[in-house]
Amino acid sequence: MSDRQSSNAYWQANLRIIWVCLAVWALASYGFAIILRPLVSGIKIGGTDLGFWFAQQGSILVFIVLIFSYAARMNRLDRDHGVDE
Amino acid sequence: MTQFTLNLIFIGLSFALYIGIAIWARAGSTAEFYAANRGVSPVMNGMATAADWMSAASFISMAGLIAFTGYDNSTYLMGWTGGYVLLAMLLAPYLRKFGKFTVPEFIGDRFYSKTARIIGVICLLIISITYVIGQMTGVGVTFSRYLEVSNSTGLWIGAAMVFCYSVLGGMKGITYTQVAQYIVLIIAYTIPAIFIALQLTGHVLPQTGLFGTLNGTDTKFLTKLDQVVTDLGFRSYTEHHGGTLNMVLFTLALMIGTAGLPHVIIRFFTVPKVSDARKSAGWALVFIALLYTVAPAVGSMSRFNLTATMWPGAQTGETFSQPAVSLDSIENDEDKQWMRNWQVTGLLNWEDKNGDGLIQYYNEGGESEALAAAVAEQNLQGNELTTVNRDIMVLANPEIANLPGWVIAIVAAGGLAAALSTAAGLLLAISGAVSHDLVKGAINPNISEKGELNAARISMAVSILVATILGLNPPGFAAQTVALAFGLAASSIFPVLMMGIFSKRINKQGAIAGMLAGILSTLLYIFTYKGWFFIAGTNMLDDTAANWLFGISPASFGVIGALINFGVAYVVSNATEEPPIEVQELVESIRVPRGAGGAVSH
Repeated sequence: MSDRQSSNAYWQANLRIIWVCLAVWALASYGFAIILRPLVSGIKIGGTDLGFWFAQQGSILVFIVLIFSYAARMNRLDRDHGVDE
Repeated sequence: MTQFTLNLIFIGLSFALYIGIAIWARAGSTAEFYAANRGVSPVMNGMATAADWMSAASFISMAGLIAFTGYDNSTYLMGWTGGYVLLAMLLAPYLRKFGKFTVPEFIGDRFYSKTARIIGVICLLIISITYVIGQMTGVGVTFSRYLEVSNSTGLWIGAAMVFCYSVLGGMKGITYTQVAQYIVLIIAYTIPAIFIALQLTGHVLPQTGLFGTLNGTDTKFLTKLDQVVTDLGFRSYTEHHGGTLNMVLFTLALMIGTAGLPHVIIRFFTVPKVSDARKSAGWALVFIALLYTVAPAVGSMSRFNLTATMWPGAQTGETFSQPAVSLDSIENDEDKQWMRNWQVTGLLNWEDKNGDGLIQYYNEGGESEALAAAVAEQNLQGNELTTVNRDIMVLANPEIANLPGWVIAIVAAGGLAAALSTAAGLLLAISGAVSHDLVKGAINPNISEKGELNAARISMAVSILVATILGLNPPGFAAQTVALAFGLAASSIFPVLMMGIFSKRINKQGAIAGMLAGILSTLLYIFTYKGWFFIAGTNMLDDTAANWLFGISPASFGVIGALINFGVAYVVSNATEEPPIEVQELVESIRVPRGAGGAVSH
């Protein structure tokens, strides 16, 4: 039973991390690059604005950072809950 | 040395390398054939995934898609990379823990249903076959352009190549050839890009050059590009022109479609551990980003170069300060040789409509004061650069920038590497579904390990043959890869896998009803605008934005299909009994990494 509880706590923690990552994922792509682009158009980058940079470069860099930080946090979580390999 | 000899040498060397790897990485068991014995390091798998994923379309067409549309086509850049975030968090680690060989196998086990598994196989086959035809035609085109053989000869050479390393080596052979192919394709893509970024902006990195200052001026490159293209009556490069809702939905459809593509998912079955599957998705994206962050620079800079070739004044941003390029220059000058080369292929053409000896390139419907003045003053009778195929932006890039012959030869080898690596990954997904899910799973469950390995090899050989024949005579649906393959992956495979992992309550009935609802609604929507089974003239509504339901394009509809899939599965599951206890335990077990172990033999 304790095993099941531990794995429940582990799963809830995993879901929380996923939600945070998905929020950042959506903000970088759908947010700054598309929907919020007019709001941040005052910030100029290299002949265009922040939204264009996010759409053609920034979002991809954010995605990479997101995956590696997810992997690192999950490794720590795996160890804390004793479910690592 | 002639260009032909150089091409032959570079393509020949790359092929010798692939065959060498194929002989070294022969597969002796089904675990090796389907999953490379789960011994591939996360970095290697990331590289192989990048080659698997980046197809002829990414290599040849994407920069051109961005070049002629600008900001609005950023959807491809975000959509084809953002899916890896979903893969890393929502699918790959749990499917690796599950530890079997194919995507339909997970669907069949989790939903304790042969029917569900067969539906999974059908979706996989439609997606992968649509996709592979495009790769095979890409191989044929590249061969015929660079090695001066006929299209069909090129296709058969390419097929023989894939046959060598995929039938012999299965996933193991494919993985290591994909690593080599990645290296070839990324070098081929980057070298011309660096040269061009240096020429235009003085930046070594194309990624920073895109936002740098145009050489010879004190204005930013993108500002000049905007000015030049709007002068000629085209839409500005950096502004948003299309609808916001459709842009969001199309990006989302590409993202969840990417995460649901079986040939990408199975790559994550090859790593030793669950934690490796997460990390490997990150590495895959790093290697993909090396091309995807260069592509916007290649697109915008080659658009600029093309425009400045047609209007020499555009070189400094003063488009109409000098007359347009003369017909005499195009037909005789050494630095316009590339235009004559590409005219032969039909991808580029021009016509002096007003007979003034100059070739004026502009947008006929464009509204720009400078253009209106030029039209009146120069008595323009219409755009005189009559054909510009977008693929030319990458393929002719080295020639436009006057780069040496060996760079052109590398681009040829890179284009072939991109097409061949994706074709091999798709063919493996197809043959795995046939031998593992159909032959062993449904027709002959008692087949021996050796028998299954033979079945896998035979189905691989047959798939190659079928793909080649379809590549020679591409059917109508082959051109609809984005709508059909991504739509189906988004509306069927991604939701069913995600629900199988994140819910214990979704049962057999729910999964089957959800998948069918998702696929059928998506197909219905696509067929309504593209014609029944893509037969021209049978569409019920014209494929224009005004006719689309809420402005949603057929290629974006996969997102709605996915929502329908989720909704139907939820309602049907809650109206029927819970899944059996052992299935709920299976879900518990795939959620924790411990116990993934090495190869699973069965």
